[in-house]
Amino acid sequence: MPEAAVTHHGGHAIPRLQHHFDTMAQQKEAATLGMWVFLVTEILFFGGMFCAYMIYRMWHYDGFVAASRELDLALGAVNTAVLIGSSLTVALGVHAAQTGKQRQLVWMLVATLVLGVTFLVIKYFEYSSKLELHEAHHAAAMIRLFPAAGWFEVTGELAPLASGIRLFMVLYFAMTGMHAIHMIIGIGILAVILWMAIKGEFTPQWYAPVEIFGLYWHFVDIVWIFLFPLLYLVNRHG
Amino acid sequence: MAFHPQDAEHHEHIIPTKVYYAIFAALMVLTVITVAVAWVDLGFLNIIVALGVAVFKASLVVLYFMHVRYASRLTWVVVGSGFFWLLILLTITLSDYLTRGWMPAPPLVH
Repeated sequence: MPEAAVTHHGGHAIPRLQHHFDTMAQQKEAATLGMWVFLVTEILFFGGMFCAYMIYRMWHYDGFVAASRELDLALGAVNTAVLIGSSLTVALGVHAAQTGKQRQLVWMLVATLVLGVTFLVIKYFEYSSKLELHEAHHAAAMIRLFPAAGWFEVTGELAPLASGIRLFMVLYFAMTGMHAIHMIIGIGILAVILWMAIKGEFTPQWYAPVEIFGLYWHFVDIVWIFLFPLLYLVNRHG
Repeated sequence: MAFHPQDAEHHEHIIPTKVYYAIFAALMVLTVITVAVAWVDLGFLNIIVALGVAVFKASLVVLYFMHVRYASRLTWVVVGSGFFWLLILLTITLSDYLTRGWMPAPPLVH
């Protein structure tokens, strides 16, 4: 419990109001703004990788097309739906916190946790299938990721595109890997928020941690909204 | 500027849940559209359409799920500056890489 929650007007204390803020609204505004400043750095962090992807896609277009078609579109699409669903449950959770619906808040956070873990489980299966000896489906060509000798070995018909395929795979693992790390961190924060919600710490006057966590979770969703078309979709046609 | 504790409620904008459900439905429909369009050969337009849909989906998430539509102007400035700087990163870098070879390089002078 924060002490010194006495207003300048003297008299009654407002629970959860830090002494350096005048009002709960001002305190929440500062917290939201601070989170957005952090998210701006995150936009540029992921932006650098997206920029690298764009440049190498131009330089190695055919290799990127060939490598992209090796990804499992169905799993990518299901994961997109799972993440959008989890954004909905977070938004509904924040709404429940705003309106003081204690039980609904807890259940929405539990649903978010389940969906977040579902995403990572699907990602795990996708990664493990990529890491095994992989046979390209349209030709007598092989893309081996992490074989005993040398990484990202490409043989057979696809061999001329080897450098593009390697670059695509490096970017695929780097971008989805960084995204997955953000998911894991998000689930850790979510566990704390859920614990606080179960203990009944949030009220319509003070639910800033739920709101701030929601901003983070939605941001991670947005990153995936761009990763999905760029990695899985744009090279499918033709 | 004077802040009063009793003002707290007035700053709060609670978005009705039906808006959240509508945004969710729109995001799902847009996902189906972007997957379907990926199989149609539109030439260079494929990536434009895919990124356009992604930008639209991201805007819906930022404005409604992240409440920016109802946020203070200061928040708007911070969010806007983030995306503006991303735009600088992408356009200035790509203006180099995209335009290489558009004009013949002058012969090297020794």
